[in-house]
Amino acid sequence: MIAVIGGGIVGGLIAREINKYIEDVYLFEAKNSIGTGITKGNSGIIHGGYDDPPGSLRAQLCYIGNQLYDEISRELSIEVRRIGSHVIALDESELAKINELEEKAAKNNVKEYRILERNDLFDMEPNLNADALMSFYCPIAGVTEPWKVAMQSVKSVELNGGKVLKNKKLVEVKRKDNKFELSFEDGSVYTADLVINAAGLYADEVARLFGDEVPAIFPVKGEYFLLGKDVKYVNSVIFPMPSELTKGCLVIPTVDGGYLAGPTAHEVKSKQDFSTTRDGLAEVKEKSLRLVPSLDFSRNVVKTFAGLRPESREKDFYIDIGKSSVIHVSGIRSPGLTAAPAIARYVVEYLIQEKLHINLEKRKDYISHVEKIPHFVDTDYGYWVRAIEQDPEAGEIVCFCNEVTKREIREAIRNGARTIDEVKFATRISFGECQGSFCVSKILKMICEETGLEPKDVLQNEKGSWIIDSEVRTI
Amino acid sequence: MRYETDVTVIGAGGAGMAAALSAHRNGADVILIEREEESGGVLNQCIHNGFGLHYYRKDLTGPEFKETLEEELATTNVKVLEGTFVLDVSKDKKITFVNSKGIHEVKTKALVMTTGARERHFNSLGIPGDRVSGIFTAGVAQKYINLQNLKPANSALIVGSGDIGLIMARRLHLEGIEVKGVVEILPYPGGLERNVQQCLRDYNIPLYLSHSVTRVEGKNRLDKVYVSQIDEAGRIVPNSERVFNVDALITSVGLIPSVKPVEFVRTGPGFITTNTNQTTADWIFAAGNCTVIFDLVDYVAREGEKAGKYAALYAKNEYVPEERITIKKGKNINIIHPSYIDPNESTKLYVRVSKVFQRAEITVEPLGIEIIEEEARPSEMIEIHIKSFKEKRIKEIEVSAHELG
Amino acid sequence: MNLVEYKKKKIICTNCPLGCKINLIYTDADEVEIIEAQGNTCKRGLEFAKQEITDPVRVVVTSVKVEDGEIPMTSVRSDKPVPLRLMEEIMDVIREIKVNAPVVKGDIIVENILNTGANIISTRTVNSRDSKSKEQKKLKENYDG
Repeated sequence: MIAVIGGGIVGGLIAREINKYIEDVYLFEAKNSIGTGITKGNSGIIHGGYDDPPGSLRAQLCYIGNQLYDEISRELSIEVRRIGSHVIALDESELAKINELEEKAAKNNVKEYRILERNDLFDMEPNLNADALMSFYCPIAGVTEPWKVAMQSVKSVELNGGKVLKNKKLVEVKRKDNKFELSFEDGSVYTADLVINAAGLYADEVARLFGDEVPAIFPVKGEYFLLGKDVKYVNSVIFPMPSELTKGCLVIPTVDGGYLAGPTAHEVKSKQDFSTTRDGLAEVKEKSLRLVPSLDFSRNVVKTFAGLRPESREKDFYIDIGKSSVIHVSGIRSPGLTAAPAIARYVVEYLIQEKLHINLEKRKDYISHVEKIPHFVDTDYGYWVRAIEQDPEAGEIVCFCNEVTKREIREAIRNGARTIDEVKFATRISFGECQGSFCVSKILKMICEETGLEPKDVLQNEKGSWIIDSEVRTI
Repeated sequence: MRYETDVTVIGAGGAGMAAALSAHRNGADVILIEREEESGGVLNQCIHNGFGLHYYRKDLTGPEFKETLEEELATTNVKVLEGTFVLDVSKDKKITFVNSKGIHEVKTKALVMTTGARERHFNSLGIPGDRVSGIFTAGVAQKYINLQNLKPANSALIVGSGDIGLIMARRLHLEGIEVKGVVEILPYPGGLERNVQQCLRDYNIPLYLSHSVTRVEGKNRLDKVYVSQIDEAGRIVPNSERVFNVDALITSVGLIPSVKPVEFVRTGPGFITTNTNQTTADWIFAAGNCTVIFDLVDYVAREGEKAGKYAALYAKNEYVPEERITIKKGKNINIIHPSYIDPNESTKLYVRVSKVFQRAEITVEPLGIEIIEEEARPSEMIEIHIKSFKEKRIKEIEVSAHELG
Repeated sequence: MNLVEYKKKKIICTNCPLGCKINLIYTDADEVEIIEAQGNTCKRGLEFAKQEITDPVRVVVTSVKVEDGEIPMTSVRSDKPVPLRLMEEIMDVIREIKVNAPVVKGDIIVENILNTGANIISTRTVNSRDSKSKEQKKLKENYDG
């Protein structure tokens, strides 16, 4: 058995990649749901790969990952919108840096870019800061829904005979007869021949359980605003000129038509601190308004949130074999989402096959295509009408903001969603401007109907995130 | 399937049911569309009394008000489509909707939008803190408690003193949920004075005026809410912080008109209309909270009734307005509705002042209307009746308020 | 001879949403007597004010558990105002009550609650679980035809 520790984008895609060769894959996720760590709180950008430090593992895997997203999108039924990105020069000093970007792009073998003069830039992006002089435009950059990558990978694993287990926090590892004995917090024990550590923020701690030291992980918080769809701001991802530390605070069109402004980048003490802060949110406002002055933070805000990124002092991915048959995939900071499909291949094709000399053969019974729940409002009416004829629930809209039907929600629950957030990330309910005011009580009822859970046992996301305490009238 | 009708009404709350009834009474074929499985809108969950005193001359609860309308509708041939969601309203008067029977199209002569409002959500306020469950809009808490027999809290703080917030304070208290207070950022309550009395003072629930939530905390479920005093400039007053240990935060921080899916008429943010409820597309009428937020369902139903009437007359080519006079917000006026007047018809003008007055004089010029309002506040809507007039030279009307010494 | 003590109080009339602010000058030596009232816009306001300084009354509005209904509760009210001081006790009674669907608007749920002379009545219709689906089916057939 091959064990993957961590059910985020990286763990999910690695498990999927291994699963192409070996059926007996187990994915262990410490939390109550898939993709709740780094996966849930990032910018969702498929980067062009031009600006990572030449020679770094990041640079090596980012561009390949970008290219692999065509296949990922097709096979996993994930929406990838290649809307392009602009790095904007707002003054003379920043103009000079555009050359540096070109040099980096050349070293990273990225050819898909253009330098846009002011007029061309404003033709494409009329709402930019009027001071913008020029942009480094990369048409292959895009956006996706990061959690969908994790969720659909995991679905692919389940479809191909792998096992995905939640609430499995690894607490102890013993080496026995050339195998690993993995003990989890809930008392369960599994034996694995090979282990991949893709534990995200906790990859350094998990490595230590195997007796290995990897570069320590520092959580770096990124705060965001999500703005609604009713105002049109930009068409592509807008970057400021990057600093040494980060790609800066951006304005990003999301896959479903809204906008993200953010992130900040501040190191925090706790790997569990997903809180937003007064200063952080103020910083996002100030910086993103420099790029797009019309962003309406007083009326157009849907929500604010924070994510954590796993930074190391080396600022590069650490992907290597430990003392024994364990592979640590650690420090997957930006552009981790983009690089993830390439990381999965690097792990399986290079580390497992070449370096560990494990011969793998592709399974003949492997199913590469994973269906998604159709979002009927995006399909053509003929298809939708036929779906309603088969199941009237396909005609019942439950989420009014994103127009999600009862059928889509029921399917998400039948696919294993047990929490409100799991249904949310699977179907886009409660992502809209009402933030679930109209639909969450109905979703809660449906989860109870389908699973036999009591309302008090339905969680928002993690353990302890109860919604209902009890009945009002208990007689 | 394709249908044809005179008047289509979207949204079967208080405004829509009244609109459908009056369109029917004015001789129109009517289709009334409701996206929820049950008509009535927010009336279903507003189980408190105080509804209907103007419209029915009776003190009714929300459900009684709704069933009264429903009983009247049952005597008509108005087609009520519940569980039906409108996907598109096109400029050539076609309305596409979906329900469990399929996707259908109605060709209509006139449309009445009575799509109501949604609650502003806490998440949109940019208040920092942890990602927690236990933050509910007042309407959601109300639905759980009043209709679904579900108790979403043990102890709560209420933010925003709008009417639903006040009503929920009493409701939670009477159901054994400890209400530790109501926090209002403004220096005066957002809801009606009678609700401050019968929902808060009656039960000694504290009202913190000029206070704001500054942070929420908890590990997965809310357990602490930080509140500070706010000065006149909107800044946090140092050392004024209080911490409330509660597992729920109930928000009543405003309603936002819903105008979807009509995209081609003027809004701001609700539908901009005339005194005859006509929007900037002459075949689309609008009434109720999707135009401006009203204080009382009585006003909403009355507006719906008016919109239904003019839509029916329009469908029969019996109502064609000749001119529209603009009504402007003058000094100290926050909200005015409608925005235009057809002078051949009478007008109910709804006004909100922009500050608190001891004794306000409200003027409508050049019509020479002056009314005196004791203790006028932005949270209480003032209603002014304007008769139809034939004064041709008037191009613009301005409404202002000032303090009488 | 004792001087009669004049008291002042501002009362918010909760009879209707107008919420008139009534400024009262009154005595309550033997029985309550209103000397002067300002601010009420109708007669009911005066009666309300007098009641409010003697023994305030309110309409009870809450919900009662329903068995086998399309929804698990029906909303209820008192058909006339009851003393505010009895509110908690009245809630204690209502909390223990359960009715079976169907419930019709106006059904008496509790007669003469705590001897106040007020009945607790249902303010809505709750169909029993099966009848609702039948009714809906009828509705949909109606628009098909």
